[in-house]
Amino acid sequence: MSAQVSSNASTSRAPDNHGLRLAVRYLVLVLIAIIFIFPLIFMIMSSLKPDGQLLSDTRSLAAFLPVGDISFDNYVDAFKRAPVLLFVTNSVIVTGVTVVLSLVVCSIAGFAFVFIDWRGRELMLTLLLATLIVPFETIAIPLLLIASKLPWIGAEGLTFGWLNSYQVQIVPFVVDGLTVYLFIQYFKDLPGELIEAARVEGATWWQVYRRIVMPLAGPVVATAAILKFLAMYNQYLWPLMVVQEETYRPVMVGLQYFFQLNRAWGEIMAYLSLITVPVLAFYLVLQRAFIASIASTGVKG
Amino acid sequence: MAGPAIFLIGLFVVVPFLFAIGLSFTDQRLVTPNPTQFVGASNYNQLLGLNLLPLEPERDAAGQIVRDEAGAAKYPAVRSFTRKNPDYPQYDGMREWFSVGVGDTQWVVLARDVVFMTALVNTFIFVLVVAPLQGGLALGLALLINQKLRGINVFRAIYFMPVVVSIVVVSLLWRFIYDGNSGLLNNLLKSLTFGAFPSVEWLGQPETALGAIIVMSVWQAVGFHMVIWLSGLQTISPTLYEAASIEGASKWQVFRYVTWPGLRNTAVLVLVVITMQAFGLFSQIDVMTKGGPLDSTQTIVFQAVQRGYGKQDISGGSTISVILFVLVLSISLIQRWLTREKR
Repeated sequence: MSAQVSSNASTSRAPDNHGLRLAVRYLVLVLIAIIFIFPLIFMIMSSLKPDGQLLSDTRSLAAFLPVGDISFDNYVDAFKRAPVLLFVTNSVIVTGVTVVLSLVVCSIAGFAFVFIDWRGRELMLTLLLATLIVPFETIAIPLLLIASKLPWIGAEGLTFGWLNSYQVQIVPFVVDGLTVYLFIQYFKDLPGELIEAARVEGATWWQVYRRIVMPLAGPVVATAAILKFLAMYNQYLWPLMVVQEETYRPVMVGLQYFFQLNRAWGEIMAYLSLITVPVLAFYLVLQRAFIASIASTGVKG
Repeated sequence: MAGPAIFLIGLFVVVPFLFAIGLSFTDQRLVTPNPTQFVGASNYNQLLGLNLLPLEPERDAAGQIVRDEAGAAKYPAVRSFTRKNPDYPQYDGMREWFSVGVGDTQWVVLARDVVFMTALVNTFIFVLVVAPLQGGLALGLALLINQKLRGINVFRAIYFMPVVVSIVVVSLLWRFIYDGNSGLLNNLLKSLTFGAFPSVEWLGQPETALGAIIVMSVWQAVGFHMVIWLSGLQTISPTLYEAASIEGASKWQVFRYVTWPGLRNTAVLVLVVITMQAFGLFSQIDVMTKGGPLDSTQTIVFQAVQRGYGKQDISGGSTISVILFVLVLSISLIQRWLTREKR
């Protein structure tokens, strides 16, 4: 009987306890969230403040609030200090073209690896997977030498040396082992009967690729596009070495401008916000796709 | 149909990789009127050359060790051995890296390139700290995010946010956080300790600079590996958890006997990926410290770029690249071996 009572008492107290535990859980989650978000909030808020206030605000929570003398002056001044629009255009061109070319070339390659029998396929696949363990940093220096000698046919006819151009930022990154691998993994899971049926009916490989396989490839295209976009837009080491001329300079390398003469933190924050907020907005809208794309590199790896 | 892809990956990955190996045995420069020459292993020797110099304390005419007032023995200058001393050609041009005293003898480790040795050590420290720290924190976050709570996706989105921000932007931002005067970190520590905490120039001191960069790097990338852990967690069958709860397993037991074994492959992947990324440490250094102060944040890739690009010494940069590749490869092989399936 007494046991009955005590057990009743404990169940009646349970919701309370449960509520407290839930509160603690959320508290932990929120505290960690603050750690991840505060530098970004600080960046955006600071970009709206004049330098003097920006610095004095760091002593209090005002650093994270839009208080005091708020304006877009820093943005205006940042545009005066450096050809910001040019850098943004360059980055958009380089990133956009690379992503599109990469999707086309890598998906075709993935298709050929999965569905078509050709001599040397196994060997090439092994080679392709082997490139996954070669970090870009280990080939950057010899690649610099190669890029400085490669021929190009453009408006001025045949020229040698790719330094200071768009192609030097684009062509080396069109194909990478990971993107091809993602397509291979995805195509492997497609129903093979579909492709066989089309072949029996006399469709060419090209038709099979365009009419049957690619229309089904939405998820992997999104994954590959997001990963490539992040890698290209955030590139630093390579453009630093191969682009000295302003004309082709991308946003990350353009940052150098803000550190040359006097250091105006407000303008730096404005520039950082300008090149980061669009990406963050893009991420927040497509949040699930972004996270799924990172996750998909893990599951099968 | 795979032709274009194979051509491009061949030209821009395989060929440069083979070039790196080939060029590391030459004196190739980016722009030079002179023909390239084969120089054997001399690039490797220039970077990795080490030697041991036992320094005997100076003795007076009676054979007694000369000591100063504090009783410390007096040693001849290392310089007298390494600067054009015809008796010791093997030490010529080397510099003291560090020394260890054993008895009266001072063993001086000489290096051909002390800065590169420092870069190697710093990179190893970075990798050895970041790999477990970032992997562990990412797992913790993944377990936290894997709870069934209302609004959990919002937290997942926030934790992942720094991943989509360029490391260059993050580095600049954190320069401000670490600033000695108006830095946010100093101000935070000050207000937490009611002004007792003295201002620290986090990136300006050899003792704190690398640590500061480690903390920032983990902050930026931990969300990436959290997501990989999460996808691993979601492959574990819920029936295993049900069985464990029926058996009355504690939370720790559930983690130890259900979750962790189910994450085995993910763990290997996370470890290998973090290690590979950590060995490539460059942008943070270039934006925040340029290798300083006092070479305390020199890294292998920063050295490679300084040589290959800064000094246009392609062969020297390629040699460092090859050394880096050998390190990355051997570490991943060791990791794979250590985490192999035990039968």
